Amino acid sequence: MSARGWVGAALVGALMLLALAGDRVAGYRFDAQDPAHALEAPSHTHWLGCDALGRDLLARLCEGGRVSLLVAVGATALALAVGLVYGALSGWLGGRVDAFLMRGVEVLYALPDVLVIVLLIEVLAVALGPLPDLWRRLVAIAVALGFTGFVGVARLVRALVLQAREETWVEAARASGARPSRILIRHVLPNIAAPLLVSAAFQIPAAILAESIVSFIGLGIKPPFSSWGTLASDGFEAMRSFPHLIVFPCIAILGSLLGFHLLGEALRERLDRRQA
Amino acid sequence: MIRYTLGRVLAGLLVVWVVATLTFLLLRFLPGGPFDKERSLPPEIMRNLAHRYALDRPLGAQYLDYLARLARGDLGPSYKYVGRDVADILRDAVPVSLELGALAFALAVSGGIALGLAAGARRGRIVDRLVTLGSLVGVSAPSFVIGAGLILVFGLFLRWLPAGLWEGPLYAVLPALTLAALPTAYAAQLTRAQVGAVMDQDYVRTARALGVPEARVRRRHVLRNALLAVMTYSGPLLANLLTGSFVVEHIYAVPGMGRYFVSAVANRDYPLVLGVTLVYAALVVLANLAVDLSYAWLDPRIRVGSPSE
Repeated sequence: MSARGWVGAALVGALMLLALAGDRVAGYRFDAQDPAHALEAPSHTHWLGCDALGRDLLARLCEGGRVSLLVAVGATALALAVGLVYGALSGWLGGRVDAFLMRGVEVLYALPDVLVIVLLIEVLAVALGPLPDLWRRLVAIAVALGFTGFVGVARLVRALVLQAREETWVEAARASGARPSRILIRHVLPNIAAPLLVSAAFQIPAAILAESIVSFIGLGIKPPFSSWGTLASDGFEAMRSFPHLIVFPCIAILGSLLGFHLLGEALRERLDRRQA
Repeated sequence: MIRYTLGRVLAGLLVVWVVATLTFLLLRFLPGGPFDKERSLPPEIMRNLAHRYALDRPLGAQYLDYLARLARGDLGPSYKYVGRDVADILRDAVPVSLELGALAFALAVSGGIALGLAAGARRGRIVDRLVTLGSLVGVSAPSFVIGAGLILVFGLFLRWLPAGLWEGPLYAVLPALTLAALPTAYAAQLTRAQVGAVMDQDYVRTARALGVPEARVRRRHVLRNALLAVMTYSGPLLANLLTGSFVVEHIYAVPGMGRYFVSAVANRDYPLVLGVTLVYAALVVLANLAVDLSYAWLDPRIRVGSPSE
């Protein structure tokens, strides 16, 4: 793996560890208020300082990272699952089904992602009525992000399946009497797994980015949850007097995005030689 | 070319119609109206309000009515800004967003191509390394991170530029820079890769072998082909600019479409949300149309093929 790839892996690994170890690293609970230390700048007791309610910023960043990563991983899993089925059907069946399915997703390209995500979150938060209140918005956001992500995956899978369909080993399987569903699952899918993995590696930062944007403008994650996006949003309001509140959430977001991008590039170089 | 153009225009109109229908349906199924307040109003007032805004009619009738008014350019009254039409609000907001977007687009294309050419021509040298690193950060960073950084440095620390509002050319500098960061980085990456690929082409070697001066080779062959690649991506690039405008307009309190969209969603101001969504769709469709047509004009191979491809 290249040096860039290792830098990416280190960044991602460090941030994951921080998000998982959470409060233990900071030594404070993310929601423990301490008015005496409100808006305090970084010091040796509170390494990254405190927010307006005297909550430790490091602990809040760990907690926010957990939410951001959870939403991003959920969205990516969804995008991959739906995109895989949609793209495989489109590519394998071809003809009118293919034309219909592909025209269907083209509409999404006519709208900015943020706009689609915001509208979907509002609708889904309602449609998910039976879920407990606390989780509803989180799930809605993950589903909305997965929905905008699946289009790219579907296009990729379709192209790969179209390509694989013409290969001689598919012809051989067909000639030996294998059912189409078996060919698709046992022969085609394992062969397109590598590029899919690479696309997944790029889906995660895309989801983190989109979530942080909608949360930053106040239409994403809402209390009692916080994410890197909401922390940046809170920090932005106070940045004139207390720049530490905006600087550290931004570093966390930028670090994770850079890390995932570098890792994705390294994965692509290693796994996806045909495209290089 | 006429056949091709017509096909593209029709496809674009279809997309706008589908978007109009989808958003209409989506928003009608959202519960909680704009008139839900903490203190509930008497039922007869609610009925009057619903009647005033035609919310008590069947959905199909509302939809047809909506389409008919849309065809006349009437987007209905805003629920939140009493006494103002959505079309009226958009007339003020759209030019602001377009101005910001155009400024950022010009910055991104010129800056991105210049950086990409500089890096591509001197591979492995310090310029190349700096551009590569900078563009990696540029494509990764969310616009609010760039915006916060620019405000901290130029707005609060150096105090050179205003960090908000929209009251003159100086006020456009930071928003335009913030908005342009991502597409600039993207265009630089594209151009750099393209320059590298074109330099290895047979026709460049032939031109050099024939004794064509290096500057002319660069201008006629390398630059032109690199431009073509950036142009293909300027459609998505423009869409990126529009997407970014939500955050940038929010950060700098620029009274454009993005900011109205954000507050309209929060206020459940359905007609305004619909209006902004439609304008976005129309703009993206128009941008893609312009790119497709100019590309077809530049590269004859495209317009010879059928428009459905």
